[in-house]
Amino acid sequence: MKRALGSKIALYVVLSLGALFFLFPFYYMIVGSLQTKVDPSIGGAFPNPANLSVDNYVAINDRINLLQGLANSGIFTGGVLLGTVVFGVLAGYALAVLHWRGRGVAFGLVLLVQVIPFQLLMIPLYVMIARDFGMADSYFGMILPFFINSTAVLIFRQYFLQLPKEMFDAARIDGAGEFRLLWSVALPLVRPALLTAVLLTFIGPWNEFLWPFLITKEASMQPLAVSLANFISNIAASTANPFGAMMAGAVVLAVPAVVLFLLSQRYFTSNDIGSGVKG
Amino acid sequence: MTAGVTGAPDREGAAQPSRPVASAAPPAPEKQRRRGSILGSQPLGMVFIAPYLVFLGIVFAYPIVFAVWMSFHDYFFAAPGAVVDRPFVGFDNFAKVLSDPAVWRSFLNVGIFLLINVPLTVVLSIVLATALNRVVHARTFFRVAYYVPYVTASVAVVAVWLFLFAENGLVNNVLGPLAPTPSWVINSWLAMPTIAFFVTWKGLGFYILLYLAALQNVPNELYESVSVDGGGRMRQFFSVVVPGVRPATLLVVLLATITGANLFTEPYLLTGGGGPNGASTSPVLLIYQRGIEQGNPDIAAAIGVILIIFVLVIAAIQRKLVGGEES
Repeated sequence: MKRALGSKIALYVVLSLGALFFLFPFYYMIVGSLQTKVDPSIGGAFPNPANLSVDNYVAINDRINLLQGLANSGIFTGGVLLGTVVFGVLAGYALAVLHWRGRGVAFGLVLLVQVIPFQLLMIPLYVMIARDFGMADSYFGMILPFFINSTAVLIFRQYFLQLPKEMFDAARIDGAGEFRLLWSVALPLVRPALLTAVLLTFIGPWNEFLWPFLITKEASMQPLAVSLANFISNIAASTANPFGAMMAGAVVLAVPAVVLFLLSQRYFTSNDIGSGVKG
Repeated sequence: MTAGVTGAPDREGAAQPSRPVASAAPPAPEKQRRRGSILGSQPLGMVFIAPYLVFLGIVFAYPIVFAVWMSFHDYFFAAPGAVVDRPFVGFDNFAKVLSDPAVWRSFLNVGIFLLINVPLTVVLSIVLATALNRVVHARTFFRVAYYVPYVTASVAVVAVWLFLFAENGLVNNVLGPLAPTPSWVINSWLAMPTIAFFVTWKGLGFYILLYLAALQNVPNELYESVSVDGGGRMRQFFSVVVPGVRPATLLVVLLATITGANLFTEPYLLTGGGGPNGASTSPVLLIYQRGIEQGNPDIAAAIGVILIIFVLVIAAIQRKLVGGEES
């Protein structure tokens, strides 16, 4: 009995150390963003009320327009979400429920796309979208390569597959068209999949750096991740408290994704990720 | 195709309760199936998937072909609409790439990254997932805590690591006299390992969840048989858990390799553009520098093609080492 208790305590110690290791940098991000004067000493990890202010947020907002950055990130992410929810759901439904010639080949393509890393496509995509289509510094050029998230398509398919076939057959005999079936029979039943896929899709473009960095040169078009990166590599050194301002920008960039994740995490189970990755 | 028409051929069909095919099938859908038999029983599916397939064509298929074509031609940026000659140059671009020491260095860096990141990721995520699988209390809290770095933008967490690992940052202050000189990200021996630790930390939550899903498939009887034989927790871990999650391990190793081959944000921001002196340059950073900064997209495309081959070779070797489902 004693041994079992000991091993249980050891278990929680291991898990808690892990949690500390993962969460401490976030805690430190917030503390650092509020320090009027940077304090990297060990004591500085504990907030000192005399040294707290929102000066850093004001300072970084003077150099890069945080609201404009948030708005650009929002438009970029919103466009991707729209494309994924509309066309991704249609594709997932076609792959799971409908029978048509070439379905197997199409599904093979979806799986193939999962293993092609975006970075390998970046030069041809840059030539195409920025040079040939003339879509540099535009929201459309930013959104295009991410417009339909393939992982979300797989998640939709997986969920539609779990719906009983008899249900669809019955509705078809009753004369329901496929659009009706999808909209009023299938979709309401896969609402958790929609939430999972929306969250997964959200963090992609919201956190994406490389592509919008390539395609936007104008500061007024840059998503927050890009303008913060420019701030870190070019501008920070000229501010009074460079690390404080960096942490303030990092908090503003991190908060929307983290809050959305915390709100929806109960829908976000390990099985969804497993099915999404395994296909 | 006639067998396909009546039998409703889909691999997933096996999971559904099987229906008698010929005798009990209701007449109405039977008729409907026959009508659309050449295109399948619900050809509307083609309409539903068409936008997605067009998207894949524009954003994946065409760029891949274009990249390979570019790597064999003398390709350069020209004014839009201008007609320019872009002659076929055979393997010239590849020869240039392979004689560039910076390229070799970047691939060596990926190797260093993988040697640190892959074992660390596999060991830490199996251990934490196994522990998480055994606790009842605060399970959600731990799951969320581990996953938060994964959902946060790289740019934001890189900023914190820059702060933590700065020359007079918190990490060096804690280490005191043990702090490395030169400091982490400006030390040519430590820059790449720092990136590897960062990426491990950021991605671990995702891999823990993958392992957690895999652990649900390990039958309980296996654990019991070990304890009946008198084996302890350690025996259980090594003889039940580790072999039980081997397919997941293969997936984790593969995904970690792909991540490693695609590093960009970390060397660009954390080590200030692959420094010091190229000690943390990644192939993708080089693709960006050669292709877009220096205006040689053909060279960049050639690096990309070599990178794909490199990843495929590494993946094949790992498959041999870890063993697939067959072993």
